[in-house]
Amino acid sequence: MTAAQQSPATSNPTRPLNVIVATDCGSTTTKAILIEKIGNEYRQTYRGEAPTTVEAPFEDVTRGVLNAIAEIEELSGRTILDGDRIITPNQAAQGDLKRGVDIYVSTSSAGGGLQMMVTGVVQNMTGESAQRAALGAGAIVIDVLASNDGRLPYEKIERIRTMRPDMILMSGGTDGGAVTHVVEMAEYIAAAEPRPRFGSTYRLPLVYAGNKDAQPQVNTILGEKTALEFADNIRPVLERENLAPARNKIHDLFLEHVMQQAPGYKKLIEMAGAPIMPTPAAVGVIMETIAKREGINLIGVDIGGATTDVFSVFGGLFNRTVSANLGMSYSISNVLAEAGLENIMRWVPFTIDEQTLRNRIKNKMVRPTTIPQSLDELQIEHAIAREALRLALIHHKSLATGLKGVQQERTISDVFEQRTSGKTLIDLLKLDLIVGSGGILSHAPRRIQSMLMMVDAYEPLGVTTLSVDSIFMMPHLGVLSTVNEQAATDVFVRDCMVYLGTCIAPIGQGKDGERCADYEVALPDGRIEKGTLAFGDLKLFSLTRDQQATVTLQPSKQVDLGEGPGQSFTRTVKGGVVGLMLDGRGRPLQLPTEQAARVALLTRWYQAVGLYPTGS
Amino acid sequence: MAHSYTPGLTVTERTTVRRRRILPLPGSVLVTVGDAVHADTAVARAELPGKVVPLNLANQLGIAPDEINDYLVKKEKDSVRKDDVLAENKPFIKWFKTEIRSPITGKVESVSTITGQILLREPPRVLELHGYIDGVVAEVHSDQGVTVESTCSLVQGIFGIGGEASGELVMGVKAPDQPLLPEQLTPSMKGKVVVGGAFLSAATMARAKELGIVGLVVGGIHDKDLRALLGYDLGVAITGTEQVGFTLILTEGFGTIPMAPKTFALLSAHAGQKASISGATQIRAGVIRPEIIIPHSGPAAVTKVAQAEREGIQLGDPVRVIRDPLFGKIGAVSGLPSELRAIPTESEVRVLEVRFPDGTTTVVPRANIEVIEGA
Repeated sequence: MTAAQQSPATSNPTRPLNVIVATDCGSTTTKAILIEKIGNEYRQTYRGEAPTTVEAPFEDVTRGVLNAIAEIEELSGRTILDGDRIITPNQAAQGDLKRGVDIYVSTSSAGGGLQMMVTGVVQNMTGESAQRAALGAGAIVIDVLASNDGRLPYEKIERIRTMRPDMILMSGGTDGGAVTHVVEMAEYIAAAEPRPRFGSTYRLPLVYAGNKDAQPQVNTILGEKTALEFADNIRPVLERENLAPARNKIHDLFLEHVMQQAPGYKKLIEMAGAPIMPTPAAVGVIMETIAKREGINLIGVDIGGATTDVFSVFGGLFNRTVSANLGMSYSISNVLAEAGLENIMRWVPFTIDEQTLRNRIKNKMVRPTTIPQSLDELQIEHAIAREALRLALIHHKSLATGLKGVQQERTISDVFEQRTSGKTLIDLLKLDLIVGSGGILSHAPRRIQSMLMMVDAYEPLGVTTLSVDSIFMMPHLGVLSTVNEQAATDVFVRDCMVYLGTCIAPIGQGKDGERCADYEVALPDGRIEKGTLAFGDLKLFSLTRDQQATVTLQPSKQVDLGEGPGQSFTRTVKGGVVGLMLDGRGRPLQLPTEQAARVALLTRWYQAVGLYPTGS
Repeated sequence: MAHSYTPGLTVTERTTVRRRRILPLPGSVLVTVGDAVHADTAVARAELPGKVVPLNLANQLGIAPDEINDYLVKKEKDSVRKDDVLAENKPFIKWFKTEIRSPITGKVESVSTITGQILLREPPRVLELHGYIDGVVAEVHSDQGVTVESTCSLVQGIFGIGGEASGELVMGVKAPDQPLLPEQLTPSMKGKVVVGGAFLSAATMARAKELGIVGLVVGGIHDKDLRALLGYDLGVAITGTEQVGFTLILTEGFGTIPMAPKTFALLSAHAGQKASISGATQIRAGVIRPEIIIPHSGPAAVTKVAQAEREGIQLGDPVRVIRDPLFGKIGAVSGLPSELRAIPTESEVRVLEVRFPDGTTTVVPRANIEVIEGA
C-alpha cells in the first residue's frame, strides 16, 4: 500500500482512546509500547523493539516501526497491522476485542536527531539564549557562533561551510538596538552557503530570532539562500529571555523540512495521529509535567548510547542540555577521553591495568551493542556511567543559569562580566527528585546499582528522592501527553516511574569512622532504628514505595543537613524498591588516591548496600 | 518473537560491490555508464568555492558603513588581484591618503552598507573524484557522481583510520596469530598494502610511515598506540579523514587478537593483486566499516545487485565472540536456546551456545557474538 492510500491513525476528539500504540525511533532501536485502558485507568501492557531502519538497505524508518509493532502483535495477540497500515480505530465496538488501535504516536531521534547550529552576537548572552532555545526544542547544538567567540571571520565562514546542520537559529541584538553585528553574521552565513545534512535539493531552514529591526536586511542577505523564517527576538531586552516563539518555529520547521528529508519520515508523519516529536523534546514535556504536578525541583537524565540529555526544573524554570558525545556505547570512548582514566578507575572495585581497560573501552566503542557478560565488565561500565553522568551534569549546570548579568539588578556594565554573574540554577540542596532513564539505569540488574550510580555521580545534598524509568518509555509518554494527558499520567505513575527510594546525605567531611551524625529512623512497623552514622558509612533501610519513615539526624557540629552546621533535622521520607539510604561518605565525596585503600573502601560501600553479587 | 539481530562483518571470496562516488557539491561527471574505470580514474569533477576573506572597509577608512560605496575602487563581482586597491579615501592632502589593498587574488563577493564590510572570495579549487575501485560505471548521478560496480573479494574490518588508498597486497607474516614486527617491513613494500597477523606496535607503524607503505591490515592494536599515532584520544568512532601517512584497518579489535583464519586465508590467496582500501569507519546510524576490496580481473558485467537477506542466526554459523572474557575467539553456533538465561551479571538475556575448534563449548549472550558473513 502506498503512503497516499494510508489513512493516518488520527486522533478523533469525539472518539475515546482505549488502545494506543506509541514508538520511539532511536538511532539504533525502535521501541514500541502498547497502552490499553483497563477499567478506568491506562496501563502499559506490551513492549516490542526492532532495529531502526533509517539507513541502507531499507532507508525507510517505517520498516523498523512496523517490525517493532509486529513484535507487540506477537506478544499481545492483538492485530494492529493490515499490511503496512495501522488499523484504526480499535474494533471492540464491532465485537473484535483484539483488533486495531485508536491512535498511533511517535517520537524520533533517528539519524542523529535534530542537529542545529546557533549564532548570537555576544556568546554568553544571545549565544547562550539561542543555545537554550535550540536545546529546549530537542536539538543537538553542534556549534555556537558569536561575534565575540574568538574566531576570525574566515574561520567562522569555514566552520559554517563544513557543518552540515539540519537547521540554523540566528539570534543577536535587543529589539531596537544596533543591527551591525547580527547583519555581519548573516553575511558570513550567506558567504558560506551552508548546506543541509539530508537532501541536496532543498534549502537549509534558518530561523531568525534576533533584533527585529534587522529583519529586512537579513531577509535581503539570506532570503534566497535559505528557507528563512522569522520568530520573535529570543532576547527582546537584556533582562528577558523569550524562547517559546523560536522553539515553536524550530518544531514547525523540523516537521515541515527536516523530517520530510529523512528516509521514510513522510510516511511516518502520515501514519501518526499527532505530530512527531524529537525524542528529547518529548522527555522534556514529561519532566516539566512531573515538576509542575508535584511542585518540586528535579533533575532528569537520559543516558543513551551516544548522548546524555539532562533536564532540570528549578523554581519552575525548565532547562535541557544534551552532551552530544557522552554515552555508554557509541560515545563510551569519549567519556574516557573527557573524564580521564583516573576518574573512571576511582569507581572500579578491583585493580586492572591501564592498557587492558583502554582496549576494553575501545572494543565497546567499535561493537556498541555488546553487553557486559562478567561482573567485572559490568562494574567497569557502571564506573564509566558515573563519570558520564557527572560530566553531563557539569555541562548542564553551565547552561542552566539565570540570565547572565541581569538577574541581580546590577548596572548595565555588569552585563559584560558574564562569567561571574550568571549563576547556575542547579542547587542540589533544593533538589527534590532525580529521575534516571536510559539503558544503563533502566536495565541495571539490581535497582540499587542505578541508585548508587546516580548518587555517586550527582552527590545530592540533604534529602533527595531517586527514581528510574522502568523500561524507557518517557519519550512515548511525552508525545502521548500532547494528545491525552490522562493516559500519559496514568501510565507514567503506574508503569513508568520506579521509585528507588530516598538518599539522605549530610554535607561535610571527616575522617573515616568519625561521627558524622546520630540517627533515629522511625519505621512504619513501629520499630525505631537508632545509631551513629560515621564518616565513610553507607546504610540502607528497607522501606517500600507505599511506606514512610520519620528520620531524625543530629549531625556533629561541622556537619550540615540544610538547617545549618550541627543543627538537628527531622523529615518524613518515602521509600522505594531500594529503600532509605543514609550516606555518611561526606560531601564533596572523596576517594583515597592510593589504589589498595580505594579498592577496600569501594568494596566496603558496595557490600554495605548489596550492590553486586557476593563471592565474586 | 522477532529474531535476534546480530550484525556481522563480511569476508567473502566473490561478491559484487557498488560504491557511490558522489561529489560534495554539484559538478560534472566525466564518465558514462559501462565505462571501465580504475581506482585512480577521475570520474567526476567539481569546483569547490574559494575561501572567503572579509575586510571591514568602513573601520579601516574611518567612515560610516553606508558611505563605503563612495570609496570603492572595485565593485561587487569585480575580479581582483593580490595588492590591487579595493578602496581609497580622497583627502585634500595626499599624505593622508589611505588605500586598502586586496590580501588575495579572487573576486569581490559582496559589499555591505550595513556593516561596512567587503567579502572577497578566492578562486574556486578543482576537486577530482576518483573511481576508488577498478570496475565499471553502473550508474551516473547527473551532476553529482557515479556508482562504480566491481566483482571482487571483500573483507570488512571492524575499525580503521585514514582514507582511501590502493596498492598491491603483500603478506607481512606467515600466520594469523603472528605479530607484524618492524623488521618484517622492507623498502620493497613502498606503495603497497601490508597484511599483518594478530598485532602491530607503534614501532611497526612508525616504520611503515617511513617506508611509504600505503595500508596496514591487522587483527588488533593497542589503544595507547592509536592515541600516540593520532596525537589525541579518539572519542567517537567516526574516522576516515586522518592523515597519519597510511591507512590502518583492524579486522578484529583492540588488543592482540589473531586475525580470523578465514580473513587471513582470503588475503593470502590474493597476495600480489591490487587492492583498494578505505579506513573510513562510522559506528553510528549509517554504519560504515573499513574495507579491503580486491577486484577480480576481467570486466565486470553491470548486474543488479541482489541484497542478501539474513534470516537471523542459524545453527552452524561461524561466529566471533566480541566481548570479554572470550573476546576474539572464533567458533560455530551449536545451540540456540530460546529462553532467557541469567548470566554472571544477574541480567537475564538471550544466549547461544558456541563450539570452539578444540571441541569445548560455552554460553554467550547473543549480543556478544558476531556472525562472520559471506561464508
